[in-house]
Amino acid sequence: MSHAAHALDPHALEHPTSTGLDSRKLAIWTFIGSECLFFASLISTYLVYRGKSLVGPFPHEAWTSPAGQHFEPILEIKLVTVGTALLLFSSLFVVIALNGAQRARRGQFLTFLGLTIMCGIFFVGMQVYEFTHFVHEGLKLQTNLFGASFFTLTGFHGTHVTIGVIWLITMFILGVRGKVPPAKSLNLEMAALYWHFVDVVWIVIFPVVYLMK
Amino acid sequence: MTAHPAATEHAHEHPGIGTYVKVGLFLFVLTAAEVAVYEIGYNSAGSAFGSILHPVVVPVLLALSAVKFALVAMFYMHLKQDSRLFSSVFVFPLMIAAVIILALIGLFAYHYSFQKLIH
Repeated sequence: MSHAAHALDPHALEHPTSTGLDSRKLAIWTFIGSECLFFASLISTYLVYRGKSLVGPFPHEAWTSPAGQHFEPILEIKLVTVGTALLLFSSLFVVIALNGAQRARRGQFLTFLGLTIMCGIFFVGMQVYEFTHFVHEGLKLQTNLFGASFFTLTGFHGTHVTIGVIWLITMFILGVRGKVPPAKSLNLEMAALYWHFVDVVWIVIFPVVYLMK
Repeated sequence: MTAHPAATEHAHEHPGIGTYVKVGLFLFVLTAAEVAVYEIGYNSAGSAFGSILHPVVVPVLLALSAVKFALVAMFYMHLKQDSRLFSSVFVFPLMIAAVIILALIGLFAYHYSFQKLIH
């Protein structure tokens, strides 16, 4: 294989394995599989405690405390819908960025990776605003079962998004410095797989937490 | 050592940008449908369509969510084209996760109903 052809082959740096698959890709899939169990435990906890809070604020119902303080339903569906749409589009952008990286289209790779990062940052910003708003409205981690399970579930998801954004920024910097040639595009593919996983977790969390009463 | 023939056989080419965009638009439509089901099923439950939709809001939302999940996994995570070993490594824990969720919901439903009975 010539040097130029070697540089364009995404699998040129793979080590030979008994399965014929790259061990790094198998490792990220195994990690994602373990993360499924992690989020299953958090989603289970949220569902088990759903509707069991003794005091408000509540997600979908207004509540007046014994002291006469009134609380409106706390969830902001419109804001979170925008965040959800952006997270979905970020999955589209990162897969187009990967397509560019695999075909040595540097402009496509960097533009769409940049868009993905911006969507991720907006999503984290949306979540920070939401959490701050909830605390101001009187819902904290220790307020009720809804607060405890909601902040734990969405907080861990937000942490995963933040880690994903940092990973993608790292790939962007490496891309700008010309260190993500097609032969090393698997590095971006692994980051993209993690990012898609974060997206599919939100695909479950969005209806379960925000849309189901 | 050479690549396993069965593994390389399944390592097909990833889809093009056109397919990704079509899937993205469909995901966007499904998300809009989810919010529409929520609005009509809960907030317009008095209307004719709302009254029909209200009892099935949860199953409809779960079905839409499952379709979105499958689309992202198949097309964006390339499980449709990549080796079946990756699908197995992902789907097997996913099935355990589903069993965990259902088992815990069942156990706690029994626990709460038992508590109500003894009080």
